[in-house]
Amino acid sequence: MAAPKKGRQGTQGRPGRTLALILIAIVALTGGMFASGHTTPRLGIDLAGGTSITLQAKNEPGQKNAINKTNMDTAVDIMNRRVNGLGVSEAEVQTQGSSNIIVNIPKGTNSKQAREQVGTTAKLYFRPVLTTEVSGGAAASPSPSATGSSSASPSADSGKESEKATSSSSPTSSATSQGRAVTDALKADPTPSKTTGESSASASPSASASESVDPATAKLQAEYTALDCSKKTARAKAGDGVKASDPTVACGQNSQGQWQKYILGPAEVEGTDVDKASAVFDTQGAAGWKVTMDFTGKGGKKFASITGKLAQNQSPQNQFAIVLDGEVVSDPYVSQALTGGTAEISGSFDQQESEDLANMLSYGALPLTFTEASVTTVTAALGGEQLEAGLIAGAIGLALVIIYLVLYYRGLSLIAIASLLVSAVMTYVIMSLLGPTIGFALNLPAVCGAIVAIGITADSFIVFFERIRDEIREGRSMRPAVERAWPRARRTILVSDFVSFLAAAVLFVVTVGKVQGFAFTLGLTTLLDVVVVFTFTKPLMTLLARRKFFGEGHSWSGLDPKRLGVQPPLRRTRRVSAPVDTKEA
Amino acid sequence: MSKLGTLGARLHRGEIGYDFVGKRKIWYGISILITITAIVGLAVRGLNMGIEFQGGAVFTTEKTSISVSQAETYAEEASGHDAIVQKLGNGGLRIQVAGIDTGKSDQIKEDLAKDLKVDPEKINADLVGPSWGEQVANKAWQGLAIFMVLVVIYLAIAFELRMALAALVALIHDITITVGVYALVGFEVTPGTVIGLLTILGYSLYDTVVVFDSLKEQTKDITKQTRWTYSEIADRSINGTLVRSINTTVVALLPVGGLLFIGGGVLGAGMLNDISLSLFVGLAAGAYSSIFIATPLVADLKEREPQMKALKKRVLAKRAAAAAKGESLEAPVVDRAYEDEDGSEGEPADATPAVVGPRPQRAQPSSRGRGRGRPSGKRR
Repeated sequence: MAAPKKGRQGTQGRPGRTLALILIAIVALTGGMFASGHTTPRLGIDLAGGTSITLQAKNEPGQKNAINKTNMDTAVDIMNRRVNGLGVSEAEVQTQGSSNIIVNIPKGTNSKQAREQVGTTAKLYFRPVLTTEVSGGAAASPSPSATGSSSASPSADSGKESEKATSSSSPTSSATSQGRAVTDALKADPTPSKTTGESSASASPSASASESVDPATAKLQAEYTALDCSKKTARAKAGDGVKASDPTVACGQNSQGQWQKYILGPAEVEGTDVDKASAVFDTQGAAGWKVTMDFTGKGGKKFASITGKLAQNQSPQNQFAIVLDGEVVSDPYVSQALTGGTAEISGSFDQQESEDLANMLSYGALPLTFTEASVTTVTAALGGEQLEAGLIAGAIGLALVIIYLVLYYRGLSLIAIASLLVSAVMTYVIMSLLGPTIGFALNLPAVCGAIVAIGITADSFIVFFERIRDEIREGRSMRPAVERAWPRARRTILVSDFVSFLAAAVLFVVTVGKVQGFAFTLGLTTLLDVVVVFTFTKPLMTLLARRKFFGEGHSWSGLDPKRLGVQPPLRRTRRVSAPVDTKEA
Repeated sequence: MSKLGTLGARLHRGEIGYDFVGKRKIWYGISILITITAIVGLAVRGLNMGIEFQGGAVFTTEKTSISVSQAETYAEEASGHDAIVQKLGNGGLRIQVAGIDTGKSDQIKEDLAKDLKVDPEKINADLVGPSWGEQVANKAWQGLAIFMVLVVIYLAIAFELRMALAALVALIHDITITVGVYALVGFEVTPGTVIGLLTILGYSLYDTVVVFDSLKEQTKDITKQTRWTYSEIADRSINGTLVRSINTTVVALLPVGGLLFIGGGVLGAGMLNDISLSLFVGLAAGAYSSIFIATPLVADLKEREPQMKALKKRVLAKRAAAAAKGESLEAPVVDRAYEDEDGSEGEPADATPAVVGPRPQRAQPSSRGRGRGRPSGKRR
């Protein structure tokens, strides 16, 4: 990057062509902008106002002191990253009082989607399935034939094909008591062989449920029997307030759209074990959109161990359930230990749903459950006069810049102004287009940053022009001067822009929130600077150098050798300036 | 303009120039003074953090006919802090004020109720947390640290370690001054301020790198000649890019100055002031430090290298010899007293051409490169 010394002919060869290409690109981008219907950049909440959502933390049974400052701050951080993952959407999240969180979303954001994103708790558990059956209506028998309900396959490397040698036919178990025994044993001892040895009782899964002695299990069984998953209220209540380390009942929808109820063992792997999640489109199976999860190192080991054990049970106890906020979203079979460190959730997701879910899983679960207390519109925090004042002032400043450039560079200023215009148009169009695509919103600091970017862009021309003038002062004529000045100016421009770009890239990767948004804008304007100088300013300069006006150094061209003080024979004769006062030093 | 053009030409030829490196101690002194003032200002007055960083109080009113800007004035009078006022969907107002605790918020609530002519009971007061939470701040610091390390590595490779260090010093200098001025003026620090500071960070380095690039080019073959010392060539390099520096600074400062003085001053806008002040001070400091601090610092550091010391000795010896012969080949005799400052060297100090160190390549016959129509080969 530092010093590209080759390829002088790049833009010199066909300046007209490069120029035509960039102009076509600009026209195409502008056309795209008008076609998309988003002809202005989306403004941030400080300039345009938006929607304000107040969320109230819900007290949950069994967690008396859960609503404290630590948990609230964590919730704010997580919500912030959910609504502002790239840092460019200008959403704001803050606590209000002791149990409220306000989320402000700029105008033009899909507020329904945003509300779902911030409000969803996203507590994720992987629990072994102990019993399951279709719930509601004419309940089917406790079905090993729940195969239909498995709307997901656990992982890319899982196959349902093989029964492992170790999983002998003996270790089929009774539903609840034995199911607990299995999982307890799993926790106690990681080796599958021992597990199978211990739990040797064989019974049909559902039959032995009533034989249970454990009162807690009996209670669970009673809950399970009473549970009617076709009722929404019942679903919401199922497993409410149950700790992750206890077995629970839960509901889920199978692939036929029927509600299925479950008794689930203690959570073996949790959402915190997920490193990151992403939405992918399944091109092979017909599963459509799904969410793949990468586990952390620890999570991957836990997942491998639990699946290894489950694989040796008989249906349905070789299934595990992926439980999100108390609802089973998927209950895949396991036929072998899954050691890949990944898992996936598939279901009847569309693209948006799978992306939202992946987003929520990536940033983790909220430590608290929230209900929406109110949703209201808010006006701009800064008021319209701020933007107006800024734009007026910016316009005056720009006019001054143009006057200065014209006075100083005369004819050359035409090139500078045209380049600035191109740069401004491209910035505007790209920012407008980024609004709907990645949720980019422009706030007042970003507007000011763009104004400073004018200076940096102009600097590239100034460096180039001064180089040309230096060459002319050395006695060269216009065209060679341009071609000699370019490689040196180019190196300066690239080296210095690289520093800016480095700042932008590092900050964008490392930081969150508004700093990230700033980094994005800085990177964008820096890139545009390079693009404009390389594909517009230089070719235009080359073309114009061929014209008589510039090429012969007309006195208004800004390149008049006389005005530039070319006096070759007299070079370096006598200092004219007053001698420097040495006393001061 | 033609005067400026001629000035540029004369700067280019080295006929005139300012002795930046020679007088560096004055400028170091000035910078140290400003920096100390800034640090003292920061220590004494501290930064006035906005609601986004420290949270504060929020007052929600019922439907009211008071305008947003009116309410803003009231709220600022009542609290003495910047207020953020938004109109809600139901016609009520949401007024946020920084740095208020519960006790004080009741007082402000009363005042507000009186000003807004509504029942105090109908104003809902609550405390809000920061929207720019600790995590945002921590990650930002982390990002900055990583960036600093990377940029020093990059500059050390693209240029050299000494230049990287000098650029870093100049950067810290700029940021300290800007933050200090901010503390002294007493504006509230908003996310806009922080964004402004980050912009300066980028600009300061950018500007320094442009100047260094010319310095690197001019000092490329420095050891192959014996006419000029490193410091003199550094001086020559600054003077050579001076026109560019002035132009760039003017072009960058004009719009920001417009924001600060017209937007903020005349139109009386709030947040614009915050941002444009930090930008204006920072940009000015950035342009200043590239020329007056960073480059002289590089020269200082370089002159400590044995190689450069040897060069200086050779240069001075040669000049002494020339002076002894009574002929001044290339330069007028100006008593530059470079050695006076650097007293340790006991070299004669008579024939030192002040800032007339042309580019090294010009040490060759001066007709070089003047052939007009000939295809332009690469300079180096």
